[in-house]
Amino acid sequence: MTVILYLLGASLLLGGGGLALFLWSLRSGQYEDLEGAANRILFDDDQQ
Amino acid sequence: MLLAAPSPVALRSPRRSASRLDPARGAGEVFPNCLHCGLPTAAGRRFCCPGCAAAYETIQTLGLGQYYRQRLLDPALRAPRPEATDRPDLARHIVARADGTHELTLAIDGLQCGACVWLIESVLAREPAVLTGRVNMTTRRLRLVWRGGADHAEHLVGRIEHLGYRLVPFDTALLAAAQDRTGRALLRALAVAGFAAGNVMLISIGIWAGDRAGLLDDMGPATRSLLHWVSALIALPAIAYAGMPLFASAAAALRHARTNMDVPISIGVLLVTGMSLAQTITGGEHTYFDSAVTLLFFLLIGRVLDHRARGQARATAEQLLTLRNADIAMLNPDGSVTRRAQHTVVPGDRVLVGMGERIGIDGVVESGTSSLDASLVSGESLPVVARAGTPVFAGTLNLDAPLTLRVTAADDATLLADCVRLIEAAEARRGRFVVLADRVARRYAPAVHLTALATFAWWFFVMGAGVTQALLTASAVLIITCPCALALAVPAVQVIATSRLFRAGVLLKSATALERLAAVNTVVFDKTGTLTEPLLGLSSGADRAALLLAASLAANSRHPLARALVAAAGPVAPAEGTTEHAGEGLCAGDVRLGSRAFCGVAELAHDTPPPLEGGGWGEGLVGANLRPTPPPNPLPQGEGEGCAPTSPELWLTRPGHPPVRFAFDEIVRTDAAAVVARLRALGLDVHLLSGDRAASVARVATTLGIADWQAERTPVQKVAAIEALRAAGRTVLMVGDGLNDSPSLAAANVSASPASAADISQTVADVVFQGRKLAPVALLVTTARRAQGVMRGNLALSIGYNALMVPLAIAGYVTPWLAAAAMSSSSLLVMANSFRLRAEGPT
Repeated sequence: MTVILYLLGASLLLGGGGLALFLWSLRSGQYEDLEGAANRILFDDDQQ
Repeated sequence: MLLAAPSPVALRSPRRSASRLDPARGAGEVFPNCLHCGLPTAAGRRFCCPGCAAAYETIQTLGLGQYYRQRLLDPALRAPRPEATDRPDLARHIVARADGTHELTLAIDGLQCGACVWLIESVLAREPAVLTGRVNMTTRRLRLVWRGGADHAEHLVGRIEHLGYRLVPFDTALLAAAQDRTGRALLRALAVAGFAAGNVMLISIGIWAGDRAGLLDDMGPATRSLLHWVSALIALPAIAYAGMPLFASAAAALRHARTNMDVPISIGVLLVTGMSLAQTITGGEHTYFDSAVTLLFFLLIGRVLDHRARGQARATAEQLLTLRNADIAMLNPDGSVTRRAQHTVVPGDRVLVGMGERIGIDGVVESGTSSLDASLVSGESLPVVARAGTPVFAGTLNLDAPLTLRVTAADDATLLADCVRLIEAAEARRGRFVVLADRVARRYAPAVHLTALATFAWWFFVMGAGVTQALLTASAVLIITCPCALALAVPAVQVIATSRLFRAGVLLKSATALERLAAVNTVVFDKTGTLTEPLLGLSSGADRAALLLAASLAANSRHPLARALVAAAGPVAPAEGTTEHAGEGLCAGDVRLGSRAFCGVAELAHDTPPPLEGGGWGEGLVGANLRPTPPPNPLPQGEGEGCAPTSPELWLTRPGHPPVRFAFDEIVRTDAAAVVARLRALGLDVHLLSGDRAASVARVATTLGIADWQAERTPVQKVAAIEALRAAGRTVLMVGDGLNDSPSLAAANVSASPASAADISQTVADVVFQGRKLAPVALLVTTARRAQGVMRGNLALSIGYNALMVPLAIAGYVTPWLAAAAMSSSSLLVMANSFRLRAEGPT
């Protein structure tokens, strides 16, 4: 049953990683303009 | 890659795609549309004005022409036509950063679609000094960071204004408040709760499966204990962190000796967690970590949705206010002009008010002649003439020519401030509204706690069970009764109703507005600007050629009569070489448009009643409609005494033709009669309360079939009328737009304003609706009633669910997995029920 320890560790690591990513994206303001994000993909990046 | 098909914006919103203004399509028509702004232009011309031509040229030169192919212009919004306006003082709002760069946040007016965002950002990206130029489309703000001096801001802002957008710097204090720390904290708490709920649930399923009553029956106590410890390790910090918003709210309620829904939730969560921890330490069989964490997760979903929906409405309202928050141009003794914030002006100062600018102070005209639009202050729809010595009030709009004013009252001594004081008094009398959820919680919380206590006593004293066993059963009762579904019941409905109304152009500013609206049985309307259009309509006929000629002259003016004439004539190109004589009229060569005297038309005995002396364009409208002397009355008296009810008129004279008279009248909003009838059909009483003359109020009341009307009411009398209605047991919805309506908006149970209303009215109103129609008022009432119905249904559902499960919990049959299943399914049921609001009924 020691395998359960690895599994627990792995699941916590993955879940925790997801949480950390979400908190990072929140901190960097990625949820502040949902409407703009939906529209931005329709336009080309501006090449100068 | 370029998009050939309409963008998803168009697909999602049929209203927008149907009204799409395509410059190319307009080319063959008599009045083609301007290639840049999409507004009508003269035949054979590509642009409506030099500003548009220059903007088009700039965009093409920068290689950003795809903007024109990809954009969708919404006619309901301001067209991107560049206008020369006074730019507010930027320097005050620029923030110098430690690394030598500068930062500025501006509100953008005229943002139409994603293409505008792309255009603005692309233009800024071509400015070498700009480090960040990013548009937030949701909040319609532009954040600029640039290298170099603060004065460079003028250039950058000029670049964007040149394209036809209007930029107004955001107040730094307002900006800090708008950062939405609460929203972010809630989202973080939600993320933590979601992470914990998922992982603890995963482990719990393992435990349940290995339980003696479960499927596999082969889990040893050591493994189970290990899994309980891991659950505790995840759940405890997560509950401590994610529970904070709820615990804080519960603590605040308890401190004020009240209870709200968060009190039983907090007690339940804390007790259940404590019990589970004790079980884990002693190696017990059942823990409820999963229930506690999942509960928090569901509750936080409700909070986040609620916060987001209301935050959006608030942000839009703030945007509207920022765009109008202008500085005051101070005239220094040496003749120079400095722009200052409104609150720094003191009586005795001299200020300059430009054409088209809203006056921010009370004062007396020192020099200049112009007409003033006082409709937002007095409710009077026609402009009045201002010349040296005329008193003017904050909130009026200067129409024709610059004026120099001497300040008599500023800041909190203005009429505007008088209004604010009346509003505060009215709001204090209104009392605090207790929302449905809190009313339920007040009865529910003690019942839940008593049941849990009784369960404990029953098992401990009567059944002779041990303390642990009795406590465990009691916490199972708490979990089952924990008002998870109850806490979702109201916010879920509010979010759906709010977003539905938002799509229809109705902004709900107050969280309790929906519930208060549902109880409304009386609607009180203001007349000017609410039941009637903000613009006047042409009431006398004239031949088409004369009308078009007059409109082409009038297109050069901002005077309300001129704008009304243009609106009546339809698309027309402005005539060139037109000069405006302030307060008199317009002339282009031999053609004259303006007052009778200006056009030199002799008065005929059988013609209209003689105009009063010294009138402006609209003769017979001399400034008797503002209070004559400022101090005695706290507020404008609405209408003047002895003012003959002459309809406003314009005359057109041209060589070789007899003079033509255009008479104007207020036009009732197109759907006003239908909306009044609809409100009646909904069982509501409709009243009309106006500051305008009895004759014109009576006419509108008769047209719309409103029997209860009162005219010539001062703001104080309006408040009294509404309080009398409320004293008679009526629940009143007040709909009004003027400064003079704002105290009565505050006095009513719930209030609504059109977006064209005075700033202060929009601030006071619980609801702001956009567009030229009155239909949102009926929509508000129907949506609120249906939302209230669904909310009650939700509450009944979740309480019924509890009633079903509580006996099981008391009897001790509820194991952790049953508790988790019961809790989740009741929450889902409530959510599903709430979505009915979205599916059914007219939009």
